[in-house]
Amino acid sequence: MSSNDVTHHAADDHNHDHGDDHGHHGPAPGLMRWVTTTNHKDIGTLYLWFSLVMFFIGGAMALVIRAELFQPGIQIVDPMFFNSMTTMHAIVMIFGVVMPAFVGLANWMIPMMIGAPDMALPRLNNWSFWIMPFAFTIMLSTLFMDSGGPAGGWTLYPPLVLQMGDSFAFVIFAIHFLGISSVMGSINIVATIFNMRAPGMTFMKMPMFVWTWLITAYLLIATIPVFAGAVTMLLTDRYFGTSFFSAAGGGDPVMFQHIFWFFGHPEVYILILPAFGIVSSIIPTFARKELFGYDSMVYATASIAFLSFIVWAHHMFTTGMPLAGELFFMFSTMLISVPTGVKVFNWVATMWRGAMTFETPMLFAIGFVIMFTVGGLSGLMLAITPADIQYHDTYFVVAHFHYVLVPGAIYSLMAATYYWLPKWTGNMYDEKLGKMHFWISTIFVNVLFFPMHFVGLAGMPRRIPDYSLQFADWNMIATIGAFGFGFSQLMFVYIIVKCVRGGEKATAEVWEGARGLEWTVASPAPYHTFETAPTIEPSTVTR
Amino acid sequence: MSTAATGYYVPHDARWPIVGSIGLFIFFFGFASWLNDGAFGKEMFFIGMAITIFMMFGWFGLVAKESEAGTYSPQVDASFRLCMMWFIFSEVMFFAAFFGALFYARTFSGPWLGGLGGGGAEMTNAVLHTGHDYVWPSNGPGDVGGKFVPMGWFGLPLINTLLLLSSGVTCTLAHHAIRAGHRKPFILWLLATVTLGFIFMGLQIEEYIHAYSALNLKLTSGIYGSTFFLLTGFHGFHVTMGAVILLVVAIRAMRNHFSAENHFAFEAAAWYWHFVDVVWLGLFIFVYLF
Repeated sequence: MSSNDVTHHAADDHNHDHGDDHGHHGPAPGLMRWVTTTNHKDIGTLYLWFSLVMFFIGGAMALVIRAELFQPGIQIVDPMFFNSMTTMHAIVMIFGVVMPAFVGLANWMIPMMIGAPDMALPRLNNWSFWIMPFAFTIMLSTLFMDSGGPAGGWTLYPPLVLQMGDSFAFVIFAIHFLGISSVMGSINIVATIFNMRAPGMTFMKMPMFVWTWLITAYLLIATIPVFAGAVTMLLTDRYFGTSFFSAAGGGDPVMFQHIFWFFGHPEVYILILPAFGIVSSIIPTFARKELFGYDSMVYATASIAFLSFIVWAHHMFTTGMPLAGELFFMFSTMLISVPTGVKVFNWVATMWRGAMTFETPMLFAIGFVIMFTVGGLSGLMLAITPADIQYHDTYFVVAHFHYVLVPGAIYSLMAATYYWLPKWTGNMYDEKLGKMHFWISTIFVNVLFFPMHFVGLAGMPRRIPDYSLQFADWNMIATIGAFGFGFSQLMFVYIIVKCVRGGEKATAEVWEGARGLEWTVASPAPYHTFETAPTIEPSTVTR
Repeated sequence: MSTAATGYYVPHDARWPIVGSIGLFIFFFGFASWLNDGAFGKEMFFIGMAITIFMMFGWFGLVAKESEAGTYSPQVDASFRLCMMWFIFSEVMFFAAFFGALFYARTFSGPWLGGLGGGGAEMTNAVLHTGHDYVWPSNGPGDVGGKFVPMGWFGLPLINTLLLLSSGVTCTLAHHAIRAGHRKPFILWLLATVTLGFIFMGLQIEEYIHAYSALNLKLTSGIYGSTFFLLTGFHGFHVTMGAVILLVVAIRAMRNHFSAENHFAFEAAAWYWHFVDVVWLGLFIFVYLF
């Protein structure tokens, strides 16, 4: 089934118009362009560069952790700093890398995918981005304060977190600040998808990436304020004498865990649902087939989002919940594997008998499907309460969530970058280097995380700078993998910069099997696209 | 400034967002320093707040001016509506966290501390909290904050409930007036709503003073004091915001900004006001009555 013949007509007209008034519709000159821009493409670019920079900051922290764990004993950093590295690594990677990168992709792609001139609320969009650097300045500045950065884990459990020094208040306010950005960004995405679709772009004609982001934005708006409430209670417990999390005053430290994970579990789906959308865009392109089971993909995404609100206490099986609670949360958690299984099945079925080629985005997408499934299956093991009591707080958990987040979420981001980079820059990236980047990353990421399953099952606890001697070999191997993976990401930067600066010119369609409206506009995408809404016929291929 | 061919207004040169970011940055940094008695904390707190308020005046003023100039198409209007609805939803979830804490403390952790509910609670109570019986309102086995008298529902809280409910009515009457194009009653009903809101706030302050001076009920009075003051405090803050927003809407109404067809600023404020109203009903039932 060939792609975009029907929409080409409208898009050609549009590009022609655009060429005529290029002068006064282009970006403003100078650096202030980036500060005052309301253009969804500019803001998307800002988000993406920001998250790339943060990726290396968070990555450097991970390498500090792995360097310390290279051998048993305390070698390089003191335990307090080690703990603040594990905490900050998580905060940076979650709030500074994966979330902003997905928002950046949403900014760039959603208006083009649904035939909109821009995001619904462009000024708010600018603010959503420009909060990020300021909020992270506060967050990272705590590392340089006398009392050091937060060291009680990103989950901020009381009473431990209440014992940290003065920088505690800065961490809390940085979270509030980031929350404002996330909520505004999500509201903007929801408003865009509801209100800005081109005539004829029905909900069931939207690309999966748009669908997954719609649901993700809903999750963000529903849970970030709960997180804000939870950290506010921590703040008042610490500075204003309240007793939310103190048993002496009738509160309960475990209550924090409940409120936190009511946010925290949907949050992990926030980190993966847009990835599902990206992979659902890429696999059909390179299999040259329509996405298998589109409707079921939509319903599966919605089901995952719904289930994400009723599984949170599976993070807390060892806190002494009533038996009924443990059973409920175990079964509801296991239920998630049904819609997730639907998705994996659909991706595989899309590839079945497809005319497959293996360009870099497809390699990353297939890598995602396989390795995300590894992480998903270890998640299923962790869902089983009696087994989890053994696995809890071991490296097995670390292996699990790094498999879903690194060769999962991060791989989807890399796949997306390679996939849409020609559309953004107008140049093809270096395919040979891209493939090398994929294979080197994939080897090292498994060297890095697979051994963690073994040491975890053997009982090595997480978030501790020292370990028992029998774990030494696998830790050494994991550290080698970490440095290999970390440094091979410099290739990623090199490939991106090279592509931005030049290269073989990309066509509008870029990929032979590409589907969807974004491939009907020129490459690079003009500064303004779809100022006149394209008309979407029932026969138009939009996904 | 240009209007896209579809009529969807895409503004250029947004200068207020960066002002807001700088303002909030100084505000949060200053607040955190102040809490730790750091240098210039208090000063930064107020400077940051001033910059943020300045930003809000500037930004909303710009939007109001553009609206008056007829820049916005019905589609832009729909974006604003969606934005406000989802913003209110996020606020609902913020309050949900505190209601959740209240329900959790009353249903689970409170009884467990008192030795009820099985699963080792009895043993924990006998060993760690000997002689502690759970009764709500509670300040825990440690009797944190000392003996206190809980806030009853009769008196000020009941008056406040009636005030807020009537303000919901006056707000709706204002809505009916503007939809019929009657400007004067619109302004009067609006001002009545604002007045009721500020009287509510005055009585709320009175109630707090009473709690602190006569009941020994403080923010530090264990879980009861924590949930009581944070729930009513955040609600009070939202009432204040809502009243200020309605006041701004009233001033705009006096400047003849609204018509029977075009008055979304008022509607957004009214939605917010009703939201604050509903939250109060939840508070009245679960914090005061039961």
